[in-house]
Amino acid sequence: MSAPSGERARLLPFRSAVALVASREIRMALRSKAFLISTGILMLAVLASIVIGGFASRSGSDTAVAVVAETSSIVDGVDGLTVTSADSESDAEQLVRDGKVSAAVLPSDEPLGYRIVALDESPGSLVQRLSVSPSVELLTPSQQDGALVYFVALGFGLVFFMSSITFGSAIAQSVVEEKQTRVVEILLSAIPARALLAGKVIGNSVLAFGQIVAIALLASVGIAINGAGSLLSAIGAPIVWFVVFFTVGFVLLAALFAATAATVSRQQDVATATAPVTTLVMIPYLAILFFTSNEAVLTVMSYVPFSSPVGMPMRLYLGQAQWWEPLLSLAIVIASTVVVIAVGARIYENSLLRMGSKVSLRAAYKR
Amino acid sequence: MLTLTGITKTYGDRRALDDVSFGIERGRLTGFVGANGAGKTTTMRILLGLLVPDGGTVEQDGMVVGADQRRRFGYMPEERGLYPKMKVAEQIEYLGRLRGMGKRSAASATAELLERLGLSERAGDLVEKLSLGNQQRAQIAAALVHDPDVLVLDEPFSGLDPLAVDSVAGVLSDAAARGASVLFSSHQLELVERLCQDIVVIAGGTIRASGSADALRDQNAGSRFELLVRQDLEWLSAVDGVRILQARPGWALFEASPETAQRVLERAIGSGVVSFAPHRPSLTEVFREVVQ
Repeated sequence: MSAPSGERARLLPFRSAVALVASREIRMALRSKAFLISTGILMLAVLASIVIGGFASRSGSDTAVAVVAETSSIVDGVDGLTVTSADSESDAEQLVRDGKVSAAVLPSDEPLGYRIVALDESPGSLVQRLSVSPSVELLTPSQQDGALVYFVALGFGLVFFMSSITFGSAIAQSVVEEKQTRVVEILLSAIPARALLAGKVIGNSVLAFGQIVAIALLASVGIAINGAGSLLSAIGAPIVWFVVFFTVGFVLLAALFAATAATVSRQQDVATATAPVTTLVMIPYLAILFFTSNEAVLTVMSYVPFSSPVGMPMRLYLGQAQWWEPLLSLAIVIASTVVVIAVGARIYENSLLRMGSKVSLRAAYKR
Repeated sequence: MLTLTGITKTYGDRRALDDVSFGIERGRLTGFVGANGAGKTTTMRILLGLLVPDGGTVEQDGMVVGADQRRRFGYMPEERGLYPKMKVAEQIEYLGRLRGMGKRSAASATAELLERLGLSERAGDLVEKLSLGNQQRAQIAAALVHDPDVLVLDEPFSGLDPLAVDSVAGVLSDAAARGASVLFSSHQLELVERLCQDIVVIAGGTIRASGSADALRDQNAGSRFELLVRQDLEWLSAVDGVRILQARPGWALFEASPETAQRVLERAIGSGVVSFAPHRPSLTEVFREVVQ
């Protein structure tokens, strides 16, 4: 019957086996509605946080003021004001009463030569704009304002968290699916366990990388459209570093997800088995939100392998990191990834054929 | 010829396999029978290289089997499943390619096999949409797609309707006819008896019998005879050295030495012998005998 014309099966090189497994992972993910929907949601969340962040960072809209002929010179050349000229002081006051302007600048006998009339609230921004203050020179300037910093932190944290969880659970599900259906026995009779693991990790890392790049592009375009050109130049490099860190860091997480998932045999046990890894992913996300302005915590975060994908780009954005720091941190991530893959592969290999109850990690590592 | 020699496997303090040795001939179907927990699946997993035995060897034509040879093995695990969310043909092609087939030959082999198994119309369906019987056929296609030299199937017939049994049996016989060594386990002893030229019986982790089905039945025939006469047979129980196993009016199955049997036959001639023959046990009887 199926004597395949000519070609008989031959020993598949390790690399080809990995490529076949990886391409299947990618194909199946792209076919999954759940995956496409969650990607869409993440994209929307990123776009929304940029738009909201943009509004928040815009330092209020212009202040409307009324002036009379004598005081018009005072507001001349002051930014951020919308000036209405009134015919008389009483007209100007009326404009304030009607709420058409928030304040009026009127002549006065006081030394300053003018006074400000407002309705029920001292117009702080106007006063500030008209004040004369000494010039301040910052030796290490931080041009970012608080709200924006928070949104950048939220952006890095959220994207890291969502992408890690999305692809981490994808890899965990796929490991357990193979175990639960026993397909894994057929696969392992054809290719080594390490090829299977490598294919899964690479396939999902490619997907994660693709998603992160898409998000980074979307974010950059969003920031540019939002008219925050200076923000883009400040955040461009941190975003590139984020993509680099995330990609390496995800390989580490993927190996952990695969290894822990391999210890159980049923889909309903996946969440429990991978819970420690999920927690590891959640910590940097929460930490970055709570400690955005704590330089010491950020510094620690930027070197710990799980949180450095979030911590280091953040410090770069805040201008706290020296040029060599991301390189050192990246080296740490790569080194720990190598170690974790070695340990993870062993646990994975030893757990795959053990069906039934959960295999303890220690037992899985031992034999 | 695939040979297992002295295979031992221990889980904790339970000895799952103890000095398991038998051969699987090329071009023949070998039935692997034994109760649940007797060690069939463990043996098969060791054969496939999924498990490493504590001792013993698996050899093909005198050479220790390694990954290279195993690529030419086909396997169908017992608790079968393919990827539920993959299409039937896509999946079989994928497994063929993992075993080193090129894209095109994997596709054509898949198409041919599905045709042969009556699954062509479902080729584009997701596996989870198939009936259990059809999933099983797809599974067999997955084991056969790369035209394996050695085919190992764990309970390939369980849960199949009679028509599916026939088509699967046909496919396995074809594989054997092309020179493959085929080993399959089954609880359905009648089916094994009908299909297999060779039998291996395992119980409690040890091989109790192995060899050609005919030889096994002869070896275990013991000294039993079947006698059918026209008249009554009540005198038989009085003959010295005869132990009656089963009896109906005019018929008896009894155990006796060949000499005693000769005397019984002489005596029976007077009662109008219809037939007298050594009794050949069925596989079920052999099985009961050897696992006891």
